[in-house]
Amino acid sequence: MDPLLVLLLVLLGFMLIGSLIAIETRDLLSSIISIGAVGLALNVVFLMLGAPDLAITQAVVEIIILVVLLRVILTRRDESYATSRSTLAVGSVLLVLGFLVALVFGALSRSGGGGLQMRPFGDPLMNESGPATAMAPAGEPQAVPPEHRTEAMPQSIGGAYLKYGLEKTRAANYVTGILLDYRAYDTLGEATVIFVAVIGAYAVLRKVGRHRHGRDVVNR
Amino acid sequence: MGGMSLIVKNITRLVAAFIALFGAYIVLYGHLTPGGGFAGGVILASALVLVVLAFGEEFSRQIFSHGAARVSDSAGALVFLLVGLSGYLAGAFFANFPDLLGTVGRLASAGTIPISNLAIGVKVGAGLFGVFLALALFRRRGERRSMEPDLEVFDTEARS
Repeated sequence: MDPLLVLLLVLLGFMLIGSLIAIETRDLLSSIISIGAVGLALNVVFLMLGAPDLAITQAVVEIIILVVLLRVILTRRDESYATSRSTLAVGSVLLVLGFLVALVFGALSRSGGGGLQMRPFGDPLMNESGPATAMAPAGEPQAVPPEHRTEAMPQSIGGAYLKYGLEKTRAANYVTGILLDYRAYDTLGEATVIFVAVIGAYAVLRKVGRHRHGRDVVNR
Repeated sequence: MGGMSLIVKNITRLVAAFIALFGAYIVLYGHLTPGGGFAGGVILASALVLVVLAFGEEFSRQIFSHGAARVSDSAGALVFLLVGLSGYLAGAFFANFPDLLGTVGRLASAGTIPISNLAIGVKVGAGLFGVFLALALFRRRGERRSMEPDLEVFDTEARS
């Protein structure tokens, strides 16, 4: 087996265990530390899969989230937080674990080899699904008949990005070129989501302050 | 809140500016090297969070107050939206300008992408910092009456 895949599976198991500990532990501080360990493993996974942009973002966001959570937990010190251990919860955890094991086995089995017929890891579904001329930027021929299609024409979205990306966006970092040029509309949606979340946090927390003190805590 | 111990304050004095510099680098070179607006903005926010935790909120308000965070958050979102709308000059929403693209690998290249990166970086950094202030400080201030303040681990050094 591919050593990269073995390492990925080991990290995946580590993340599973860490997540379970984070859910099941009684101490909130231990829970936060487990979340940090899971984030670190996820960071290594991103690096191994060749996604440094994601790795940087994951590491930084993880750190700042940990700081904020620690700050809140250490300030509040709420000890009366007991987890319920009903049989339903344990059963559902086992069910999810079973599904994950089945998924891993399905991913490991070769397609056509009697497994679950799942695609190999890293083989996207859209690789050979028809022409991707719609992904070409404005100015390129939009619709090419199949008989005129040459070998150089990319057959997938990823191929179109790789073929036209550097020439059309002139961004040496392809990821940024796609995020802020090809898919900038999605990025605007993401920015809107963050903006709304920030506004919601302000509104909720400010309401608490007003309610307790009878004056505006935010605009002191 | 007065901040943390002398060791933390001195280390923060040394490294906070470099963290902010690294964040600015990640934002500005987002179209050339791994990173981008989101990651760089979070690094900028983490530098500010470090200053708040080490020196206390009173000191950090001189550098970057909560009002400034709110204004920067909104301004970054508006600039990003304006970049998108300016694409209509070139034909479509978020269209890049072919004349402004420049050569690959230079800092001034890729048209509107660096501007978008800068806007997103400011927006994300200010937004996260504002949420941190809201979570860590407002709530604390609201609960100080009902809870004993001796359990606050971060503040024990400065208060003694």
